[in-house]
Amino acid sequence: MSKQPVAVTGIGQTKHVAARRDVSIAGLVREAAQRALEDAGLDWPDIDAVVIGKAPDFFEGVMMPELYLADALGAVGKPMLRVHTAGSVGGSTALVASNLVAAGVHETVLTVAFEKQSESNAMWGLSLPVPFTQPLVAGAGGFFAPHIRSYMRRTGAPDTIGSLVAYKDRRNALKNPYAHLHEHDITLEKVQASPMLWDPVRYSETCPSSDGACAMVLSSRERAARAPHRPAWVHGGAMRSEPTMFAGKDTVSPQAGKDCAADVYRQAGITDPRREIDAVEMYVPFSWYEPMWLENLGFAQEGEGWKLTESGVTELDGDLPVNPSGGVLSTNPIGASGMIRFAEAALQVRGQAGEHQVDGARRAVGHAYGGGSQFFAMWLVGDEPPTS
Amino acid sequence: MTDVLSAPLVVEFPFTRSLGPVQSAFLTGLREQTVLGVRTAAGKVLVPPVEYDPETSAELSELAEVGATGTVTTWAWNHEPRRGQPLDTPFAWVLVRLDGADTALLHALDVPGPDAVHTGMRVRIRWAAERAGAITDIACFEPAADDGAPLAAATPHSGAFEDPLTGVTLPARLDYTYTPGRATTSYLNGLKERRLIGERCPVCEKVYIPPRGACPTDGVATAEKVEVGPSGTVTTYAIVNIKAKNLDVEVPYVYAHVAMDGAGLPLHGRIGGIPYDQVRMGMRVEPVWKDGNDYPDHYRPTGEPDADYDMYKEQL
Repeated sequence: MSKQPVAVTGIGQTKHVAARRDVSIAGLVREAAQRALEDAGLDWPDIDAVVIGKAPDFFEGVMMPELYLADALGAVGKPMLRVHTAGSVGGSTALVASNLVAAGVHETVLTVAFEKQSESNAMWGLSLPVPFTQPLVAGAGGFFAPHIRSYMRRTGAPDTIGSLVAYKDRRNALKNPYAHLHEHDITLEKVQASPMLWDPVRYSETCPSSDGACAMVLSSRERAARAPHRPAWVHGGAMRSEPTMFAGKDTVSPQAGKDCAADVYRQAGITDPRREIDAVEMYVPFSWYEPMWLENLGFAQEGEGWKLTESGVTELDGDLPVNPSGGVLSTNPIGASGMIRFAEAALQVRGQAGEHQVDGARRAVGHAYGGGSQFFAMWLVGDEPPTS
Repeated sequence: MTDVLSAPLVVEFPFTRSLGPVQSAFLTGLREQTVLGVRTAAGKVLVPPVEYDPETSAELSELAEVGATGTVTTWAWNHEPRRGQPLDTPFAWVLVRLDGADTALLHALDVPGPDAVHTGMRVRIRWAAERAGAITDIACFEPAADDGAPLAAATPHSGAFEDPLTGVTLPARLDYTYTPGRATTSYLNGLKERRLIGERCPVCEKVYIPPRGACPTDGVATAEKVEVGPSGTVTTYAIVNIKAKNLDVEVPYVYAHVAMDGAGLPLHGRIGGIPYDQVRMGMRVEPVWKDGNDYPDHYRPTGEPDADYDMYKEQL
């Protein structure tokens, strides 16, 4: 049996902030899910199954969210399952939900991802005192900074490229009411003057720590026909993984990321991503990952990604806007960040992105990675249903 | 087989939780010796309260006060109380349906033995002397006389209290016995002799250091031991400017990937013996050992000419 077309008929996000002290975790996920249902014109009984994702357990200390959150997500009497893939989890959660519809298992699936970083400390979660190991560096920034230096060496990129990305994403965030950081007085000079945390990673080139949730309703073609708003259609989706460290790993442009993108393009019939894709929401927690992923995902030849950034191609008004929402650099509830990328891609092709809408976007990519460049998830959505 | 190392690993963190309106009212109520439930559209009173109706998924907000007496709906005897449990003498775990409630609350019942507890028995709350807004504000339940009177119904409650609790801290602790396995044990034994000993994959012939007992690419066990070094090449690095809690090192310092000669992938270490801003990709280094520390304390320049990029570009 061939795959059934999958439509994104509802999207909901919370306003991402440093701390949502007014709600419980249940209240937070509920808010995003309720907004997605309203967007899809549905009520809780219309949902067939719920697929939930969150960051690794130690990041906020909720070990079984699928159990605790079943009531809040209307999952009683329905299948509910949880997806784990570190920072890429929001993307892979959406793909698992999408596959349930594509396979004809369910007609309408609610998928939700969240994190309340204010209730824990991700830096602590990444630095457990494992016996017989030698602590060398703490946090994700320290881990990824050497990879960024490798990229700079490999490509000869000027060392200002990262600041251009951060300046762009923070300005894009000003057009996105859901973004966490709204730095109205941001300037390129301020980004470039911010302190080096893990040289070559500056403070203003790192993601914030956010509380937030994102939800989507994914529907079969038949159900999508009843949706009140124009849906986005899934044209391709893939996940790939590889070990964090192995002999021969390309830490700058991991093979799993390349394979993931190639699989998505094959499914979607894309042969020239740079020309055929109108907007990209990629997972850029540290600014330099924009040029790195531009190459990894096939938007630029190896060594050329930074030139797209430098020449303004990835700006909101460029011909390949990257992270029009402001991206992970402006909003990072880790467990939800991947799903926000996927949802923002769908908003673009639905024409619902508001002030950060890319004019005429018909095909958009949502992308996430996680672990030590270990998990990759990506989808491509379009404004029309797939023809094959 | 040689002895494999093991050591305790304690993972401990004081997670904080925002309560939201329903849990805030419930826990603040306990502090004030008032037990609140929440009423569903079907008229049921759920105690403890939940934020969303388990049957209809509707958001719930109508609070109701229930009694401090109730009826045991089922129970289990706890012969040996553990650390952190409500009582330190043997007790019954009970589900208690408080008067006016439609669901039962889990707690402890203080009775001398299993013969003194039965389903259907009447019990009452014994409040803790000091209350902070937690389920432990109910110290436990104790037997109550069954006067045969009709049970009181729940009464509406606004949920409003002075100085409401809006968040709680929930310390979590996991105690593991951590065993790193054969390969790491062997690696650590090498470090004690100040030798860096990896293991070669029989298929791809790459030398894994630290060894993990298997090659992640070929999926086969590694056994052949190979000493790497004595020198290596800095393949990439970061200058760390922020102090980490678990690290007793002055900043700034250089955290680097070091490809030891003969190794198939870089290991990670600190660079010393040179100002941090003079560290270079391609710099040749060697480990510096210190007493009382199994791992090399840091790696320092050997003074050899820098390695050519092409020699190490596969090990960034």
